[in-house]
Amino acid sequence: MLRQIEGSRAVADAVAMCRPEVICAYPITPQTHIVEALGAKVKAGQLRPCEFLNVESEFAAMSVAIGASAAGARAYTATASQGLLYMSEAVYNAAGLGLPIVMTVANRAIGAPINIWNDHSDAMSQRDAGWIQLYAETSQEALDLHIQAFRIAEDLSVPVMVCMDGFLLTHAYERADIPSPDQVDNFLPGYEPRQVLDPAAPVSIGAMVGPEAFTEVRYLAHARQSQALTLIPEVVAEFTKTFGRDSGGLVRGYRLEDADTVVVALGSVLGTIKDTVDELRGDGMRIGILGISTFRPFPSAAVREALGSDGRVKRLVVLERALATGVGGIVSADLRMALAGGGSGRAAEPVMSTVIAGLGGRAITRMSLRTMLAEAVAGALEPLSFLDLNKGLIEREFIRARRTRRSGPVAENMLRDQGLTARIG
Amino acid sequence: MNKPFAITLEVGSSRANQTGSWRTERPVYVDSLPPCNHACPAGENIQQWLYQGEDGSYENAWRQIMADNPFPAIMGRVCYRPCETACNRAQLDEAVGINSVERFLGDEALRQGWTMPVEAPPSGRRVLVVGCGPSGLSAAYQLTRLGHAVTIRDAGAAPGGMMRYGIPKYRLPRDVLDAEVQRIVDMGVTLELNTTVKDIQSLLRDGGAGEPDAGKNAGKDADGKFDAVFVAVGAHIGRRAYIPAGDSARILDAVSMLRDMEGEEPPLLGRRVAVYGGGNTAMDAARTARRLGASEAIVVYRRTRERMPAHDIEVKEALEEGVTMRWLSTITHADGGKLQIEKMALDETGFPQPTGEFTELEADCLVLALGQDADLSLLEGVSGVEFTDGVVQVSPELMTGYPGIFAGGDMVPGERTVTVGIGHGKKAARCIDAWLRSDHYTREPKHDLAPFGNLNTWYYEDAPATVRPQLDAARRTTSFDEVVGGLDASNALFEARRCLSCGNCFECDNCYGVCPDNAVIKLGVGERYQIDLNYCKGCGICVHECPSGSIKMVPEEA
Amino acid sequence: MPYQSIKFIQTGSLAVGGRLLAEDQRSVQSGAQRSNSLTLGHRACQGCGEALGARIALDACQRATGGKTIAVNATGCLEVFSTPYPETSWQLPWLHSLFGNAPAVAAGVAAALRAKSRDDVRVVGQGGDGGTVDIGFACLSGMFERNDDVLYICYDNEAYMNTGVQRSGATPYAARTATTEPVGPEPGNKFGQGKNVPMIAMAHEIPYVATATVSDLRDLEYKVERAMEFRGARYLHVLVPCPLGWGSAPESTIEVARLATQTGLFPVFEAEDGEVVSATPIRHRTGVRDYLRIQRRYAHLFKPAERTEMIDRIQRGADRNITRFGLLPADDIDAELATVGAGRAEEITS
Repeated sequence: MLRQIEGSRAVADAVAMCRPEVICAYPITPQTHIVEALGAKVKAGQLRPCEFLNVESEFAAMSVAIGASAAGARAYTATASQGLLYMSEAVYNAAGLGLPIVMTVANRAIGAPINIWNDHSDAMSQRDAGWIQLYAETSQEALDLHIQAFRIAEDLSVPVMVCMDGFLLTHAYERADIPSPDQVDNFLPGYEPRQVLDPAAPVSIGAMVGPEAFTEVRYLAHARQSQALTLIPEVVAEFTKTFGRDSGGLVRGYRLEDADTVVVALGSVLGTIKDTVDELRGDGMRIGILGISTFRPFPSAAVREALGSDGRVKRLVVLERALATGVGGIVSADLRMALAGGGSGRAAEPVMSTVIAGLGGRAITRMSLRTMLAEAVAGALEPLSFLDLNKGLIEREFIRARRTRRSGPVAENMLRDQGLTARIG
Repeated sequence: MNKPFAITLEVGSSRANQTGSWRTERPVYVDSLPPCNHACPAGENIQQWLYQGEDGSYENAWRQIMADNPFPAIMGRVCYRPCETACNRAQLDEAVGINSVERFLGDEALRQGWTMPVEAPPSGRRVLVVGCGPSGLSAAYQLTRLGHAVTIRDAGAAPGGMMRYGIPKYRLPRDVLDAEVQRIVDMGVTLELNTTVKDIQSLLRDGGAGEPDAGKNAGKDADGKFDAVFVAVGAHIGRRAYIPAGDSARILDAVSMLRDMEGEEPPLLGRRVAVYGGGNTAMDAARTARRLGASEAIVVYRRTRERMPAHDIEVKEALEEGVTMRWLSTITHADGGKLQIEKMALDETGFPQPTGEFTELEADCLVLALGQDADLSLLEGVSGVEFTDGVVQVSPELMTGYPGIFAGGDMVPGERTVTVGIGHGKKAARCIDAWLRSDHYTREPKHDLAPFGNLNTWYYEDAPATVRPQLDAARRTTSFDEVVGGLDASNALFEARRCLSCGNCFECDNCYGVCPDNAVIKLGVGERYQIDLNYCKGCGICVHECPSGSIKMVPEEA
Repeated sequence: MPYQSIKFIQTGSLAVGGRLLAEDQRSVQSGAQRSNSLTLGHRACQGCGEALGARIALDACQRATGGKTIAVNATGCLEVFSTPYPETSWQLPWLHSLFGNAPAVAAGVAAALRAKSRDDVRVVGQGGDGGTVDIGFACLSGMFERNDDVLYICYDNEAYMNTGVQRSGATPYAARTATTEPVGPEPGNKFGQGKNVPMIAMAHEIPYVATATVSDLRDLEYKVERAMEFRGARYLHVLVPCPLGWGSAPESTIEVARLATQTGLFPVFEAEDGEVVSATPIRHRTGVRDYLRIQRRYAHLFKPAERTEMIDRIQRGADRNITRFGLLPADDIDAELATVGAGRAEEITS
């Protein structure tokens, strides 16, 4: 059923149809609308049986999900930003214990400075936590990915994080095709835990493992997560069959067939990039797009396949909504590893440029993308650059810092330079 | 369940980790000698019969007493309770009322008519017991249980010895005495009263053909000699002290006076009676005097109350009954209803010394309670039998210097109480039995004594002793009714359960419950526990928390 | 004592069991068929109070639930010594997640059971004092506030023992730990008296809060079984001496816990809906010196010279508990305190 619906509501509808038995959440912008909607459904008795727990922190939220999942319940939670970091210890733990929890991350920047707007710093910080990470491009895909996420998580006993851009997707009203509960039921069987706390068949879950087996435990976690690379395409195929649309997957190419320049990105920015690429194609530039839907496990083979092994692709522009401070790109590093993994027989690797963009909610405009991509095609793009970086602002701060040691908080200084705050005193 | 590797484990798999290898010391269950058992002259296993009594198994408890002592009902009245003096519970609140429980069990047996079987096959051996007092009866009882044919001969008209002729009725009702003696007779003991034994050697040699009373018993003894004799004729001769006395002084000895109480006519004592001495017999005499109508009964004693040999309870009861005491006093002259008393003073060694101060005491009669002597005439002249200080010398097996003649009770060295006599009887029986088999009686080695310090008294419930009902003081001075009553079943049970079970496991489950390592195995009721040495880490909590001190740590060997 | 007191039987209900007790008066621990939730082969130190406390508590819970208990365990000694791969000592369904989240994980288990209508299966969360009063405190409070159907048991050994005896929020005043060394003008732990989580739990007005120690096994069992009669959040705070951390002899673990109660330092009580409903009276009033002396963590209070003021402060804390919880019959308090005070004076002068 098609509806004009806020992204968060669409996700809430999808999650509800997945019949989670325990939902726990701590409010954090921009995740709130999702859990508010779910809370209302539970309270109204529309989602039964389901326990909705208002917990005292994200750490508790993930912990409740761990307990619920270990007790055999389908468990769901949602968070963002600081919240994801606050639960980080439990995020790792859920994966380590092999509990198929599904969590929405309404992607948001991490402070300080505190910032409520979108980027991928939060989810990226947890990329090695052992969770599968799926990134949604649209509200529709966010909705679809949640349905798939439960399938994938429970099939592998690995938790899945569905990442959707805060505000851009969570708060945007878009048209979405809301499936029927029957469709979801057909697609998603009841949860059959791989291990469960059951008095009839007791086990001890969460043993301490020492050096003698820790590497093996980690290897097995890696191997298990890697199975998702096979599973996800199968799930997507089945999803398409059930719901009549293609959604998610490992990677999604756009106009790659003859591209010599490929933009790699995740999430909602792909839409803007597509529009930009369409325009640049009109200008004769052979640009394509590789959207990464599954970031963990990293679909190295799929990436290589999409880019071809014939040397056609000369340039890669990796647009990242997160910054690995002191290094640069995060996705870029994985991409490099993926390409290196192709082995011999490949043509020369494409030149890779990392573009940090859209941090803390800065809009990624078509105009800026056009300029940047034109530079890239011209071979003039730096290996690492920051889209729309206000160099003047930075220069002034550098000067200030050189002048006096106590130059004050950088963020505030810059805001003041932009005339966005009143000077005090 | 296809469990995740390493992180999820099969329950209880740590059994593979045998933590017993950590241990440097191991707990070991021990049995110790409880102080009550240790103190009992009759060798009763008191703790054990209290244990049986605790769950209401009164018959079993009674049978446990009967293994060592055939007179629970008598004991429960006349024993001076060295067990209670020794009882560790006295250091906690008050001693366990062992004696009162014993009396309850003894009385219960009489009520129920419980009897003791003779299980041993007849040995074909015949043993003569001379003297039908506690020692002789005890020996006869034990010898009978061992399968020997026993004959008791006593010069008296009724059995019981000092239990009858020395202990007043108000302490030991005669129906109780009679019933417990009869129970022994009913086991097959031949009791020949009014029979004086003169020639022991001949009894051993040829069955006593030359005995003065042989004719009377001819039918019984003619067919054979006795294989052994146990002589326990007691100490019935009241000791006299020289007191200058006028012609009109009425002086008698306490032993005779108490014996006369069993005769047709009670002795005539007068209204004011002085009793000279500080032992239990003095108390018995004074209390008897009160009951015979004396308005005053005055005990005159050379030392102080603290130094009195009489047991405290006797003194206390005497005082309650209006008996008065003259401490630090000797009688220097008696005549015409008056006694001359000299005040004494204790010297630094505690010995009384005359002070030269004199007073007078009016008394119609003076009863001397200055101790008793044994009648040794029966053994005098028997070759090899030796005497020292008026008593018969015996080996540790209670045998005199004449093979086959054993002696015990008040006529051999030792404390003179009924309980000691009973103990001698038991021991003599065992030694005679061994001797008849050309063997030596060797007793099981005793366990180490269980000291109070080994107990963890925290675990015992707080419970002061149960007081036995006592006869009203007014009635006590006018009748010979029994002074001290018995416990009923419920308070006897309570009293038994006050036992701390010193030094012996009573299966409280503490060790089993407090082991942090689950290394104590509970073997089931009556079977106690076992340490699982595969897992015991040797922490010692079980030892520390054992209420009765029945576990100890011993070093592991390297 | 709150549990049924029985007619005088030798040790009555003071010992673990006894042949004289009727079937319904037997403790769980006295039964040969007890569940041994924590079984043989665990790696707790000699004389570990926590291992003992955990077995007693969980066995009682197993009896109360008919063997349908799920345990959630915080990181700590109990977790480490019970489940080093490849061996576990647990015999009931057991989950360890993190140090600070056991109450929340337990709440999650409870939520799952509720969603699955398995109200026959009950959840116990458990941890040491560090996991409870410090790092897990927020989760604990949240669990209380939501009234999740969890019995949370804190095994309090008054410091971080697993990491080598560092101070926790439950470490009492003056105690030596690796981070409160007995040096300087204020040797040992100079702060307060340890966080009083039972009182904090009561402030949440949850259905049931109780304290217990390993020295009174039956009381501990009673408290667990009583707790299981309630639905909602319940808190049980169990004092479990640690021979290693306290410097007490391994065999004295129970003795030390007993002294903690008999001095008044550790009041044993239970509360319902935020109100104290019973307190276990002191049976043999003891001055704190007797308790302190047998633990090396307090050795600096006696050597090289006695620190009378510090000891007196501890005594005052004990006396305050006695008054606050009514641990002695009212008439006895003055007399008892006078005696204890006199004893103190004697010790000082001798």
